[in-house]
Amino acid sequence: MSHISILPIIIPLFGAVAVLFSKVLNRQTQRTLSITLIFILLAVNVMNLINTIKFGYFVYQLGNWPAPFGITLVLDNLSASMVFLTSILALGALWYSIARNIDGAGEHFHVLFQLQLFGINGAFLTGDVFNLFVFFEVLLLASYALILHGNGKERTKYGLHYVIINLVGSSLFLFGVGALYGVLGTLNIADLALEVSKLAPENNGVVAAAGLLLLLVFGLKAAMFPLYLWLPGAYSKTSAPVAALFAIMTKVGIYAIIRIHGTIFGQEAGILSYYHLPWVLGFGLLTLLLGTVGVMASTRLKEQVAYLVLTSIATLLIAVGINSEEALSGALYYMFHSTIIAGGFFIFADTLSLLREEFKDNIIKTPLFKSMILSGSLYFLYAIAIAGMPPLSGFFGKLMILSGVMEKGYAWLVFTIVLFTSLCIIVSLTKSGSQIFYDSDKSTAPLRKKISMRIFYPSFYFLALSFILVVLANPISSFTDTTATMIFNVKEYIQAVEVF
Amino acid sequence: MELLIAIIIGVLISGGVFLILKVRTFPIVMGLTLISYAVNIFLFSMGRVKVNLPPIITQTSTAYTDPIPQALVLTAIVIGFGMSAFVIVLALRSLHELGNDHVDGKGIKQHLGDKK
Repeated sequence: MSHISILPIIIPLFGAVAVLFSKVLNRQTQRTLSITLIFILLAVNVMNLINTIKFGYFVYQLGNWPAPFGITLVLDNLSASMVFLTSILALGALWYSIARNIDGAGEHFHVLFQLQLFGINGAFLTGDVFNLFVFFEVLLLASYALILHGNGKERTKYGLHYVIINLVGSSLFLFGVGALYGVLGTLNIADLALEVSKLAPENNGVVAAAGLLLLLVFGLKAAMFPLYLWLPGAYSKTSAPVAALFAIMTKVGIYAIIRIHGTIFGQEAGILSYYHLPWVLGFGLLTLLLGTVGVMASTRLKEQVAYLVLTSIATLLIAVGINSEEALSGALYYMFHSTIIAGGFFIFADTLSLLREEFKDNIIKTPLFKSMILSGSLYFLYAIAIAGMPPLSGFFGKLMILSGVMEKGYAWLVFTIVLFTSLCIIVSLTKSGSQIFYDSDKSTAPLRKKISMRIFYPSFYFLALSFILVVLANPISSFTDTTATMIFNVKEYIQAVEVF
Repeated sequence: MELLIAIIIGVLISGGVFLILKVRTFPIVMGLTLISYAVNIFLFSMGRVKVNLPPIITQTSTAYTDPIPQALVLTAIVIGFGMSAFVIVLALRSLHELGNDHVDGKGIKQHLGDKK
């Protein structure tokens, strides 16, 4: 048994404590330590990823208690790549927070940041439903504090909404988990899948209800219709690095739907096999339509990006709901792309609002401002990446998802909605871009605010990652293909976790 | 016994939902607390309701109660306690920053003790 698979959880946990104590030295030490920890995490995650690609499943039984009695951590292609993605995103977010001195707004930014990573990595790695609940609470508590980091009326207001709705979600999670345990007598995901496959018919109803309750909770985390109303306010009002890091938080919900529902209600589940997917597909389509309306109606760039996050989530939900290996593989590719680009776009929007002084990120006519060509080009690249136009990574993701739906009877519906909303998104991004960069008010004196290049670097970093996704599209898509096959092969997952 | 527990859970949940749907932070905090009580009782009863039985198997015992729900409830109580503390502090902060206890800050400004 290799202990390296638990390191992505251990490093941020102990790292957070270390960063807390390094506060007695000075902030520079805290920053150095925090960045170093992220680099260590990246190195560990690369090793884990290579290991899983070579050898498949790594199952870590905590305290050597055999499954299903102990807590299990499962490292496979899916969880390893998600954890890796988290650390890549965290690096950019932390970089920006240091470059812009956002971490100075409160005392414990770095501690909370590490704890947030602890929660997210734990949620990705765990193979136990109740343990997933605990890690959800860890990541939520850290996110409550991060979302309120720095002050502001609006931030408190939307933070309060976010906290309350998530507390209700946690209660529902416990009801779902409790009902599953009451009928099936276990909490280990693999064991649950095994128990569902030999479920007595009279218990189908309870298990189905519990599964849909869990879907509701994960849908809340992922911001699925009708539970998305908290997202635009919370994401657009919080500080940029936090919003960037939160680009992965909604993906935790999608991941949980793929992992929990895809395994428990997978091919082996008999009558309950994939019974949740019509809901996921339908709500995904609705979320996409409403998210696009939000994109078009936004008056501030950050708000627009928050709604763009929502549309990317909706695209992922649709891809999961299609339920073919090809679409799921496309979904994973799109997940990498949308997390990176959404994170980068939040950070870029914040950089832009610095340049525009009192006009901030409002989509209105302003006088000329400094670094217009540089920021305009960056905006252009981000816009085509997030709208899913070639040559950047969004195009490949959408292409893979749409080619996965070809053979289904409802392909026309998915095609119409996805392509129509893409068009609307392109139009509204063009509109905001031309209002911010072209339609300048030349009669008044230009704005003088200059910012150092250092602040632009994180925006370049995320764009470069998107280019890498395109350049390495072939190896990455063959990796996502293998991963999708692994996800559908529930039997192998059960065998890997259960020792007997 | 089962009926009584089911009724208690139902009453707690309906009270909690009613309070959460109010627009002021204090009823919402109370509602969340009621719901978390209901969750705890629900989880507890998922190991089936058994009276006066130990949660451990010994050589002499003939019957036992499932210990796992008890462990789960313990975790849920601790987490729920922490979350309640957090939401109360947040509600107080929003009261001070928004000037009233409406969740959208839309109510009439209230005078807060020391402020004029």
